[in-house]
Amino acid sequence: MPDKITISINGTEIKTEEGKSILSVCKENDIHIPVMCHFPGLTDVGACRLCLCEVKGYNKLLPACTTLVAENMEIQTHTEKLKEYRRVIVEMFFSERNHMCSICVANTNCELQDMATEVGMQHVRFPFLNQECAVDASHPKYVIDHNRCIMCTRCVRVCSEVEGAHNWDVKNRGYNARVISDFDQPWGESETCTSCGKCLNVCPTGALWAKGSVQGKLDKFPEKITDLIEKRGIH
Amino acid sequence: MKKKIATVWLAGCSGCHMSLLDMDERILDVLAVADIVKSPIVDGKKLPEVDVTVVEGAVGADEHIEEIKHIRKQSKVLVSLGDCAINGNISAMRNFYTVQDALERSYADSDTNDAPQIPGCEDILTLDKKVVPLHDIVKVDYYIPGCPPTGDMIFYVLNEILNDRVPDLQKEGGLKNG
Ligand code: SF4
Ligand code: SF4
Ligand code: FES
Repeated sequence: MPDKITISINGTEIKTEEGKSILSVCKENDIHIPVMCHFPGLTDVGACRLCLCEVKGYNKLLPACTTLVAENMEIQTHTEKLKEYRRVIVEMFFSERNHMCSICVANTNCELQDMATEVGMQHVRFPFLNQECAVDASHPKYVIDHNRCIMCTRCVRVCSEVEGAHNWDVKNRGYNARVISDFDQPWGESETCTSCGKCLNVCPTGALWAKGSVQGKLDKFPEKITDLIEKRGIH
Repeated sequence: MKKKIATVWLAGCSGCHMSLLDMDERILDVLAVADIVKSPIVDGKKLPEVDVTVVEGAVGADEHIEEIKHIRKQSKVLVSLGDCAINGNISAMRNFYTVQDALERSYADSDTNDAPQIPGCEDILTLDKKVVPLHDIVKVDYYIPGCPPTGDMIFYVLNEILNDRVPDLQKEGGLKNG
């Protein structure tokens, strides 16, 4: 049995157990923290930084998804500073690549768009990078549009941890980072992709979709992936 | 005293102004408290001092820069109307190419064009290298997102501003109205 501990979140005392992340304790206690890279059942990697929290005694902000709770931890999840940082993070997603929602398959069914609304983004205060990003439509059934990718790496993790194929990976750093298929080959030439479509369903944006998807009409079923993970007892 | 409104379009497709008309009969509620003193749907006078200017479209040419600066000077409240004004949107898609390539693609290599000719004379705009949102050039007070925004959203914002209230777009569904 893990040790029982007491922590406080936003001033409220909470009894919980060692070994859990701040995010999972928050979920159990109905405290909503915005997340983009977290996906239920996949390993957390702390990529998007939206879940950043303040922990008393640390001068750095800590991601709730990858930070484990410890005895007497005092956590703040919604200070003014955190709210402003979250808005900045979302604005940076929009300024880094090309999000023309009006012609995007994911329009109105997009976690990034919803997040922009949630954090109160009304415009992007940073200059747009206007980087030219590739669209790879070489796969017979699917498309990856790097313009819409936010590097959450959910696709990488679901492909490796659930499908066991590990087609996806990441190359480069910073704003040059890209998701790659096999060793940076066209997706259509992949030897590892099983065409299962799991990555399409966990992608929070309009970066991964099936051919034939129309603007604003993308269907995604992330809950089916969560279901599968639970049934198979992964982790 | 009645307030004064202006509406302007820069690098946009006029779709946002179509949505403005989608306010339908509610435009009468707007006209009860304000006069539209300049607009592409009225006529082309010089912009006088106004209470509110609603601007559709991005900034894509020197002329646009001058115009938006002038608008800012003349307007108490400046509203960015639609995704092109707010983030460049479709108008900014030429940012990934040179101006020359974009012109060639539109006027010379276009599949539907049987008399290729890139227009060029001093009476028409000279395109800038990059298309940018309005707030890159001037201070913007309110943003109405959407491509195009709905008539409902436009009416809501105008009505709030004209009645000296602060519009809360968060409540009205935020970005989610592509
Ligand atoms: S991925 Fe989402 S935020 Fe980006 S363009 Fe598409 S709908 Fe908009
Ligand atoms: S393609 Fe989608 S799931 Fe993969 S990293 Fe990009 S945004 Fe995330
Ligand atoms: S959800 Fe924690 S960093 Fe993305």
